[in-house]
Parts: sequence; C-alpha cells; structure tokens
Amino acid sequence: MPGAIYAEGLVKTFGDVRALDGVDLDVPEGTVLGLLGPNGAGKTTTVRCLTTLLRPDRGSAVVAGIDVLKHPDAVRRSIGLSGQFAAVDEYLTGRENLQMVGQLYQMKAKAAKVRAAELLEQFHLADAADRPAKTYSGGMRRRLDLAAALVVSPPVMFMDEPTTGLDPRNRQQLWEVIKQLVSGGTTLLLTTQYLEEADHLAHDIAVVDHGRVIARGTSDELKARTGGERVEVVVHEREHIATASEVLSAFGRGQGEVAVEEHMRKLTVPVTGGAKLLAEVIRELDTRGIEIDDIGLRRPTLDDVFLSLTGHVAEVKDEENGAASAKQGGEQDTKQSGKDTVK
Amino acid sequence: MSAVTDAAPAVASTNPFSQLIRDSLVVAKRNLIRMSRIPEMVIFGLIQPIMFVVLFAYVFGGSMNIAGSTDSSTYREFLMAGIFAQTVTFATAGAGAGIADDMHKGLIDRFRSLPMARGAVLTGRTLADLVQTALTLFVLAVVALLVGWRTHTNIGEVLGAFGLLLLAGYAFTWIGALIGLSVRTPEAATSGGLIWLFPVTFVSNAFVDSSRMTPWLRHIADWNPFSATVQACRVLFGNPGVSPSDAWPMQHPVWASAIYSVLIILIFRTLAVRKYRSDTA
Repeated sequence: MPGAIYAEGLVKTFGDVRALDGVDLDVPEGTVLGLLGPNGAGKTTTVRCLTTLLRPDRGSAVVAGIDVLKHPDAVRRSIGLSGQFAAVDEYLTGRENLQMVGQLYQMKAKAAKVRAAELLEQFHLADAADRPAKTYSGGMRRRLDLAAALVVSPPVMFMDEPTTGLDPRNRQQLWEVIKQLVSGGTTLLLTTQYLEEADHLAHDIAVVDHGRVIARGTSDELKARTGGERVEVVVHEREHIATASEVLSAFGRGQGEVAVEEHMRKLTVPVTGGAKLLAEVIRELDTRGIEIDDIGLRRPTLDDVFLSLTGHVAEVKDEENGAASAKQGGEQDTKQSGKDTVK
Repeated sequence: MSAVTDAAPAVASTNPFSQLIRDSLVVAKRNLIRMSRIPEMVIFGLIQPIMFVVLFAYVFGGSMNIAGSTDSSTYREFLMAGIFAQTVTFATAGAGAGIADDMHKGLIDRFRSLPMARGAVLTGRTLADLVQTALTLFVLAVVALLVGWRTHTNIGEVLGAFGLLLLAGYAFTWIGALIGLSVRTPEAATSGGLIWLFPVTFVSNAFVDSSRMTPWLRHIADWNPFSATVQACRVLFGNPGVSPSDAWPMQHPVWASAIYSVLIILIFRTLAVRKYRSDTA
C-alpha cells in the first residue's frame, strides 16, 4: 500500500539539464517528509511534478491515492500548495485572496467567505484582513500563503521552502503553525535548505542532489552519518593543545577522535549532550587551568550533510530558483544554528 | 488552529461549461479589483487615446483630404472611428502584461494547482480587460463629442458600432494573452503587445484615405481586419469614409469585422489555452 505521496523514477529534463534523475519517494499518511538539498538539486521540480504543475518525462506518481498523470484534476482537489512559487495577489486583501482561492476550489461563495474569515482568525491575520497583501510583512505574507493552501483542508500538503528569506523570529512562528497543522493528521512534503528546519518539522528526511535522492532517514540517523554535534575549542596557548585534547577525548562520543588544527590552536570532537555537555567541558578546562579563546557547540549544517554524503559541499546552481544561492543558505544556517558560542 | 482540518468543502456545480463561466467570473472580479487598486493604469490608458484625438484632429486635421473635402471637421468625423478602433486594440498590451505579471509573481502556478476550469484564468483576464475597454471607449466618445464628432444614424446603429468595437477589442486581448504567456517579463509583454499594432493600425484606412496608397499597400489595408472594423464603424456612425474599394471586407465591413473578430477569438483562445495547459500534467 503506497503512502499518501508516492513517486517512482521521476525524470524531468530541461534542455540539457537533467533536473530530476529518477526520484523515488514514499511518504506514509499523516507523516512529514523533509526534502533537503541545495538550490538546483531538484526539490522544486519534484514538488512541481507532484502538484500537477509539471509533467515528468518519465516515472509515475500517486498523491492521496490518485494517479497524478492520469487524473491531475482530482489530485488538485486533494492538495494544498504553498511556498516560494505559489503566490498571493498583492493588490487583493488577505480576505479577498482567500475567498478567491476558496471559490476556485469550487466552494460556494458563501462557504468561501466563512472559511476565509476562519483562516484569517487562525493565522492571526484578522486585523490585517482588509488590507491589500502588499502592505503585509514577509511573515504575514507567508502565513496568508499557507492559509490559501489550507482553504479546503486538503489531506496532502506541499510546502516549497516555506521559510526561505524569513528572519529567525518569523521562521519560528511559521514552524509553530506548521507543527499544529501536521498534528491534525495532514500528510506534508516540505522542501528546505536548512537541516535544522527539516529536523524540527519532519519525521523523515530525504536528501536530494543532482536530481536524485542520495540519502533518507530520520534526522538522528542522518546526523549520526554526518558526525552529529561537535565541540570546537580554540585554546589560547599552543602548549595547552595536548592537555585540552585529553579533556575533550574524555567527553567525545564513541570512537570520535579529537581533530587538531595546530596553527589555529583549534580542537574539534564529536559529542552528544548539547549545551549541558558544553558547560561541563568549560568547567573541566577551567579546572585544568587551560585558557580558551573560543568554544562552541557546532551542529551539522546542510554543508556538513553534503560533505559527508557526497564528498562535496552543496553546489550553487541557479537554474531552479535563482533567488538565493546555496552559499547564502549556508551563511543563514550558521547564523541561525551553527554555533552557540560561549565566551 | 485546531479547526484547520475540519472544514468540509461545499462543492459547487461541476458541469464543465458552467464551471468555466463561474471560475472566469471569479478571476475577472479579481482582475477588476486589481485595476481599481491601480487607478493610474486605467488613467494612462485613457490619456493616450485622448492625446491621439487632440493631435490628429488639430495637427493633421487641416491638411487631410477626405472624401473630396479638406474641411477639418470632416477629418475629425473620419478620424474618430480610427481612434476608437486603435484604442480597443491597445488592450492587447494590458492583457499581455497582466498575464506575464501573474506568471512572474507565481500566481499562475497557484491557479494551475487549483481544481478550476483550465481556460478560466485567461478568460477572466480578457473579460476584465473588456470592462476596461468599455470604460475607455465611453470616456473617449465624450471627448470625441467635445471636439466636434457627431453620428448621423440611429441609436441602434451607433450601439452596433460600439458592440463591434468591443468584440474586436476582446479578440485582440486573446492575442495579448498568448503573448503574455510566451514572454518572460511583463515589460516584454507590454512592448511585444504594442510593436506590431503600429503597422496593423497604420497600414489601414484608420487615419488616411487608403485609396491613395500604392496598390499593394492598399490591398493589405483593404483586407486588414482592423480596416474592416474602422469601416464598419464609419458606416454605422454615418461618418465620412474612404473612397469605395472592390475588396469584399470593404463592401461588407460589418460582416467582415464580426467574422474577423470571431476568427481571432477562436484561433488565439485555442492557442493561448493550450499554451496555458501545455506544461501541466
């Protein structure tokens, strides 16, 4: 019995570019799959194929039990789509947007009106309901976009990079909204460039690169493969490197060896235990009289996942989005979660 | 948030034709709301034809020879049908730019993912443009009356002329729809929607007496669909026209204009809707 979203061997080429090179997916009903990868990996193209916006050259797909290629219209009745390319009309008010979408989902005008009011309330947009959407902040616009995808409470939802370009506070807010949504049993496929986001929201993660799924598993499984969390220490005196290494190896996870970069006076060790462990490391180093310049807990980023899975960092390719390069994505990652530095 | 999953969709009729009408009206309403929120677009759309009236009527008016008369008031009556017809064809650019803008912003993708009638996005847009064209024609007619344009027939014929103008304008917006779907940016749709309109509207009987063109050019002008609409308006307004020609569209301009418009709608609607659907599963 295939899941709520099922794809087998999806292939799509644009000219010479093989955007999808045999994507297989299986998302059980009521679960969340995070599709993780850099720009141009094929995330958006996958979503476009599954939401009937694009016809794959080869392969098959079933969404909500309906064959996507044979009955696209029936699929459209059962899905909601939100994200970077499914926009709202900026000259219409939030209410008008939602009413229009409701009516185009074939709801009666009156029902669409009632539903729009309900959603505006739920997404904390009631105060701005009668203002044109172009006056909305980025976060409000995303919420409206998400509300538009939820007008008919579809059993299957697709979100393409729902938080790309949002500041951390708005990102957190949107995460809460999405979490509440999926707790109601909706099946969700979400694409993201951020490991942390997939970690927060998804039961399973599929890593895509060059149009293929190169790894799948829970976020813990992936992190284990990536080396998980690490503690990074920069000691003040070169002579302290040996002692510090001794301390760190005691805290290290499993066979995790302490990596030393002599010229930087930097030591790195894989750990489990997060911030609590970090505090212990600091106390121990202090007890031994080792002066440190910097210490931090480093969590794996998309680049780390890629590095460990493919041996190369997330490449910048613009044919799909053109908006933010993988480099920028990486930088945002660092800002948001890369290092919790304690001085 | 707990109610997110419990609303049952109250599904309306599923007959394909009534669904197309219904969805088209929803999209048309959306476009009309947009137009009302960007009034400068409507206003610029009005300024241009008014400028043409004033320029042609006062600058060229004195030096044109129409139906053997060099009287400038004769030229003004001759001119108006041409300006009306040219104005309705300019709706092409608006439709094209609007649809290209929707593509650019991702709205077309939103619509494509919805279980709505496939032709409704384009039909809704062209219907909204039709409303704008009607508004523009009304204002233009008032200006024309102010500079001395008069009709010399009955009200039925005058309304018939405006009906033909609206039909022609509607037909041209379907050409615009196809252009809008074919280009990458709204800017390209605007210029792509306008450039070819200049030869089409000037190699015609709209502004000069085509009987004085070189024979091959006159042939083109006589068979130009645009000329048929202009000629039909002159006949129905009772305004002075060009010297008679043997070409069928000039002999039967009202029929010719209606047939041309319907043909353009059939051809370009088919092409545009197919293009809209083309990449969709």
